[in-house]
Amino acid sequence: MIEILKIFIDSMLVNNIVLLGFLGICSFLGVSTKTKNAAGMSAAVVVVMIVSVLVTWPLYEFVLKPAGISYIQTIAFILVIASVVQIIEMFIKKSSPGLYAGLGIFLPLITTNCAILGTAIKVTEYTNFGHVMAATIGTALGYALAMIIFSAIRERLIKNDVPKSFQGVPIALITAGIMAFAFTGLAGLI
Amino acid sequence: MAQEQVVEKKVRTKRERPQKVEKKVKKEIDPDSLSNIFKKGIFKENALFISLLGLCPALAVTNSFESALGMALLVLIILIITNIIISAIRKFIADEIRIPIYIVIIATVVTSFQMLVQAFLPELYSTLGVFIALITVNCIILGRAEAFASKNSVVKSIFDGLGVGIGFGGAIILIGFVREFFGSGTIVIGKIFTFIPEFSVIPYKEGSAVPNYFFQVLQTAPGAFIVMGLLLGLFVFIGQKRGAKR
Repeated sequence: MIEILKIFIDSMLVNNIVLLGFLGICSFLGVSTKTKNAAGMSAAVVVVMIVSVLVTWPLYEFVLKPAGISYIQTIAFILVIASVVQIIEMFIKKSSPGLYAGLGIFLPLITTNCAILGTAIKVTEYTNFGHVMAATIGTALGYALAMIIFSAIRERLIKNDVPKSFQGVPIALITAGIMAFAFTGLAGLI
Repeated sequence: MAQEQVVEKKVRTKRERPQKVEKKVKKEIDPDSLSNIFKKGIFKENALFISLLGLCPALAVTNSFESALGMALLVLIILIITNIIISAIRKFIADEIRIPIYIVIIATVVTSFQMLVQAFLPELYSTLGVFIALITVNCIILGRAEAFASKNSVVKSIFDGLGVGIGFGGAIILIGFVREFFGSGTIVIGKIFTFIPEFSVIPYKEGSAVPNYFFQVLQTAPGAFIVMGLLLGLFVFIGQKRGAKR
């Protein structure tokens, strides 16, 4: 149990996927100008990441690995993720149109979000299902945490007097750097 | 009357001439010419600094000059190969399912290169780690497939791949250089490309009388964001200066 908690905190805070792992930077910078959009994207990533790993990890552990063809994991995983995104999109569209209006535009973008494929590949190093889920949920919540904090900062940045050539993305990157400093300070947690 | 007409004709010819010259000039910088496709990818539409694509590898693998160089070469080769394949079969691909087809082609090429690198350059493989597999979801490669290779001939796609690949590669090599040079005070070559004997481009003597001014933080994760932000701000500044001069 302590091992699971350790993995969870490690993947959520100590090795935050965005700020210290550099995955999903495109969406991190692209969709973070408003907190509402950032929250929508984070929710979509959390759902897709957990569902994808629920499929890709058993696929890797019980099919690809025993068959000795684990080298095709990238191709297999990207197909699984693309299908999962498509299925989730259809499911949400049918079951709750309100949620679809909020998440709909972010879902197609997620297929090429490297955070999902990166996590699916990274968790193949665990052999225990509990550890896999702890790592996945931790990573997904870490993404959401970084995304929502960052978007809140960016909303305030707009009102500040930033040098003309640093307006927009350059100052956002430097802000992310300072946030990453803060997250490296959490390394002593475990 | 006749004289006036003659004058008018002369005026017309005089007016037409400069227009013709202008047309010739325009033809010379034809936007579809191969050299222009090539140059556009490097400067005007630089994937990293202008379009902000491929930020993940640009931040993750640039903590040393050499790993950035390895990533740049891989992206360049994979981009050219996927551009060739996709432009060659562009007429056989059904429009509705083109994106999944592109992704499968790209994933296949990336997997082949991942295995090649693992076999022949194990140091590069362990340095780049998961980011070799993640070239599959690099927005640049899918973006060029969708925006260029699916509409243009094979030769043009090769030049587009070369231009965009060199533009992106040059950008991440620059970041890698800045981060290693200012982060450790020297540039070491031969650690990852082990077939070259190891040497440092800028000699660094330990315990020398001259204090070593370097910021180790630039080689860590926060340093990546800060170097990228500063470089991007610098390029925007240069662009604004040049725009103001014109």
